[in-house]
Amino acid sequence: MRRRIDIWSNMDWFTVTLYLLLIIMGWLNIYSAVYNEEHQSIFDFSQRYGKQLIWIVASIVLAAIIMMIDSNFFSFFSYTLYGIILFLLIAVLFFGTEIHGARAWFTFGNIRFQPAEFAKITTALALSKYLSTFNVKLNTYKTYFRVALIIFLPFVLVFIQDAGTALVFLAFLIPLYREGLSSAVLLLGVYIIILFILSFLVDKIFLAAGTILIAMIILWIVHKKFRYVFYAVLIFLASTGLLWLIHEIADLNIPFTYIFIAGFIFASIFYFILAYWYKISRVFLLFVFVLFSIGFTNSVDYVFNNFLKSHQQTRIMQIMGLEENPQGAGYNVNQSKIAIGSGGLTGKGYLKGTQTKFDFVPEQSTDFIFSTIGEEWGFIGSFMLIALFVTFLLRLIYLAERQRSPFSRIYGYGVLSVFLVHFAINIGMTIGLVPVIGIPLPFISYGGSSLWAFTIMLFIFLKLDVSRLKELR
Amino acid sequence: MDSYAVRKNIIGLVIIVIAIIYIGKLFSIQVLDTSYQLSASNNVLRRITQYPARGLIYDRNGKLMVHNQAAYDIMVTPGRLEPFDTSEFCNILNISEKYLKHKLDSAKNYSEYKPSAVLNLVSSETYAKFQEKLYKFPGFFVQPRTVRKYRCPLAAHTMGYVGEASQALVDTNNYYKPGDYVGISGIEKAYEKELRGIKGAKLYMVDVHNRIKGPYREGRYDKNAVAGKDLTTTIDAELQRYGEKLMKNKIGSIVAIEPSTGEVLSLVSTPDYNPELLVGRKRRRNYPELKSDTLKPLFNRALMAKYPPGSTFKVLTASIALQEDVVYTGTEFSCYGGFYYGSFHVGCHSHKSPVDLIESIQVSCNAYHCNTFLRIFNNKKYETPADAMDQWEKYVKSFGFGQKLNIDLPNELPGLVPSTEYYDKIYQEGRWKPLNIISLAIGQGELGMTPLQMANMTSAIANRGHYYTPHVIKSIEGNQTIAERFKKPHQTMVDSSNLEIVIEGMDLAVNGPAGSGSTARTAAIDGITLCGKTGTAQNPHGEDHSIFIAFAPKENPKIALSVYVENGGYGSRWAAPIAKLMTEKYLNDSISVKWWENYVLDANLIQKRRDEETD
Repeated sequence: MRRRIDIWSNMDWFTVTLYLLLIIMGWLNIYSAVYNEEHQSIFDFSQRYGKQLIWIVASIVLAAIIMMIDSNFFSFFSYTLYGIILFLLIAVLFFGTEIHGARAWFTFGNIRFQPAEFAKITTALALSKYLSTFNVKLNTYKTYFRVALIIFLPFVLVFIQDAGTALVFLAFLIPLYREGLSSAVLLLGVYIIILFILSFLVDKIFLAAGTILIAMIILWIVHKKFRYVFYAVLIFLASTGLLWLIHEIADLNIPFTYIFIAGFIFASIFYFILAYWYKISRVFLLFVFVLFSIGFTNSVDYVFNNFLKSHQQTRIMQIMGLEENPQGAGYNVNQSKIAIGSGGLTGKGYLKGTQTKFDFVPEQSTDFIFSTIGEEWGFIGSFMLIALFVTFLLRLIYLAERQRSPFSRIYGYGVLSVFLVHFAINIGMTIGLVPVIGIPLPFISYGGSSLWAFTIMLFIFLKLDVSRLKELR
Repeated sequence: MDSYAVRKNIIGLVIIVIAIIYIGKLFSIQVLDTSYQLSASNNVLRRITQYPARGLIYDRNGKLMVHNQAAYDIMVTPGRLEPFDTSEFCNILNISEKYLKHKLDSAKNYSEYKPSAVLNLVSSETYAKFQEKLYKFPGFFVQPRTVRKYRCPLAAHTMGYVGEASQALVDTNNYYKPGDYVGISGIEKAYEKELRGIKGAKLYMVDVHNRIKGPYREGRYDKNAVAGKDLTTTIDAELQRYGEKLMKNKIGSIVAIEPSTGEVLSLVSTPDYNPELLVGRKRRRNYPELKSDTLKPLFNRALMAKYPPGSTFKVLTASIALQEDVVYTGTEFSCYGGFYYGSFHVGCHSHKSPVDLIESIQVSCNAYHCNTFLRIFNNKKYETPADAMDQWEKYVKSFGFGQKLNIDLPNELPGLVPSTEYYDKIYQEGRWKPLNIISLAIGQGELGMTPLQMANMTSAIANRGHYYTPHVIKSIEGNQTIAERFKKPHQTMVDSSNLEIVIEGMDLAVNGPAGSGSTARTAAIDGITLCGKTGTAQNPHGEDHSIFIAFAPKENPKIALSVYVENGGYGSRWAAPIAKLMTEKYLNDSISVKWWENYVLDANLIQKRRDEETD
């Protein structure tokens, strides 16, 4: 008896309210997006809106069940659950059914179950468990390696099934950052990703020049003496110019990019001498940094052109938004933008969205559900939804911070980062800021599997929060 | 760990920054940029699917056979309907008010907001008239389509036809929407992907008067259609036309192949039909009629009819025997008006006796081949009849029988070649002997060959031992090549030296002097050495079927054919002259002895069959 009262009074009803608000908003919008005059009742179970109600009720039941499970259960069985889902992720590759080209689902009669959805939960749990273990800090290679493994294993398995969904695993960088991942490592990770993307968009010579520029700036920041940078630039221009002159006189046919890089290497050698004399530190490190960047961009290019098959190349180009998906992914985004844009300030009104009504926006009850909201509720409605999500996320930060037990805190951050990534990518995609990656908008998009997974993920945290004053093993 | 607590602020900041960026973008497209504003009462977006022109089909010599004509679908979006003058509407389109009401009801049932077709494929004239008055009928619009038109209405079975995509297809394949057209048979189906191109879509702004005001945002969101690829078939239109003419009023098939490439020069199956009958709206009317015709004009006999090969099969019996070294050119057998072995008896027509191998083909002696068959099976190297049977089966299959040849057309049947397992089931294992199945020697019994397979075998013999997979498409527009499997030769199990001997027999069968007993003298052409073999397939339901296989010229053959004429009696009576005429037409482009042509053209075997059916 006392336990139940404990739960009741300690539970964070604010978050639960936000959760219910989002779910109901989602439900109402699915009704509008898929509205079928034949089945006008929102409770019609043959339509998606009726089905969503079933999922919602089931989710609430799931939430209640989670609340009744002892909090220690989750920390105790973290690794076990992680292992089970990992196993299922492998099993689905062999025994799963293929839907829309991805073998990611188990089918039991009418019910579909996607292990990847639950992998997010178990990875968060396993990560939290590992990082909260006594004496584990994010500052040894051993720790880094194990953490990377925990995230990487499910990431790879999910990537095979559906590359877009796998991207969500990058979210776990956030709890890692909170737990002390050196910002340098984070920045390096972000830098590598940007470099990767830019290798496709920008000429190699500009990339080389760009990284040299960044190195110069870092040099300046570290040493605060402009003349070091001045010397560096001078030597670089001199050696590049010299090499180029030689190239022209000898009438060779080497692309300028390589002369540029060669010039850089020569200049660096001279600069090393200078650095030794003037005791300028970190020069070698910066040199390695630039060389690494140039090498990385060139190898990305090389691997892409020589090792990937043409359909893999196309897929990457499509994800990056550089190539039109003939199936119409670019077309989807355009339709979505038109729908949202046409909503104006106040929207066209509930159930009156002409673009979504006339089915101009594909996937409008799932990945592009935000288009319906944008069209029917206008800027005001879109603003409110985003505000609702932001409040939800910030509240989760607050809850995570008030945990005494590191396990709960880390898990909390895991939960909020997964939500953040979903929200950011999904909405960003519908307004054309992010390439089309098919992931749902939590609680709003149609889909039982994802709704349950999100609910379970959230309520595990809420249950942990109830026992926030206790230290969990 | 708590020394990092300050990072919570950074994370929170990142969340807020993302939110602000998104809100900014939303503000920009929803409030600032007015070009997105489309209120339901004024400008409305209409998406019109751009259906690309379907690829054209040319014959092997570049003559256009199948092309497209414009047609228009009248579409309605029930949600945008307003009261209109229904009698004027019906007048322009020449439909009844009852039909209109029925169509509008179905459209409303389907969806208020998704368009449905009211009338499909109206002509350009009707479209022009309707278009003028379109402003009077808000809620209606016109969707341009293309339908097939036949410059040469030939080879209907091979070309195939186009129809609406079935519900099953729409469900499984994202590309097809209800009302889209797709190839349903023949080349239209086999090469659907190449012919259909890629659909596009254009967005238009439509004003309150239902008039198109212009493209939406200068066509920025449009997707261009990609036209279908043109195809060049292997069919020779003139030869095909001639073949269809010759087979008019007869039931059966002609298949002509170019031996050196496997290209199908002509594919005739009669009775056939004019492909124009199945175009667009006419299809709904004509298809049921064609389907219920007892003579089955829609049935492609060349690929789907299984006939016993009759005496034409003797060329194989002889070839196998030579290859197995159980007979040689000089081997002679006597024929006593038939084959007698114990209580087994197979009849034969009268001819000189004894005959050697080449003569046995020339005069088509049943007894010779029955004896040969026994020799093949009683060969000491086989322990049991089953072993011999397996080997025999392999030989026969190596000529392309008993399996699909994988021509690039749908609905090909593999035919039937019996096997050990087959006979074990009928007679019980170990309880049958070669004598039980002796009729196989002369092409009767449990053998089912399609005319295509027979022509292919002839092609293999003409090539002296190999064949190319028959195919009907010669080339595809652009970079695409025809499938690799058509370029690889298939080796039969008989050496060319042995086939040369058989070919001698086939030569004499046609070109032997008068009185020598040659069965196919009706096929002889002055100046061309045509080699062939007659066949008469027994038919328990009526008169026997007339069969003939042939190739010409004997050296460097250019054409190999099989001709089947149902209820035609002896092979020499109808099938052989038809083969002769086809060959002459193809090689010389003219007919030397007109009498033969008239003889064939005047014959009406269908009437005979219909008479038999009513008896």
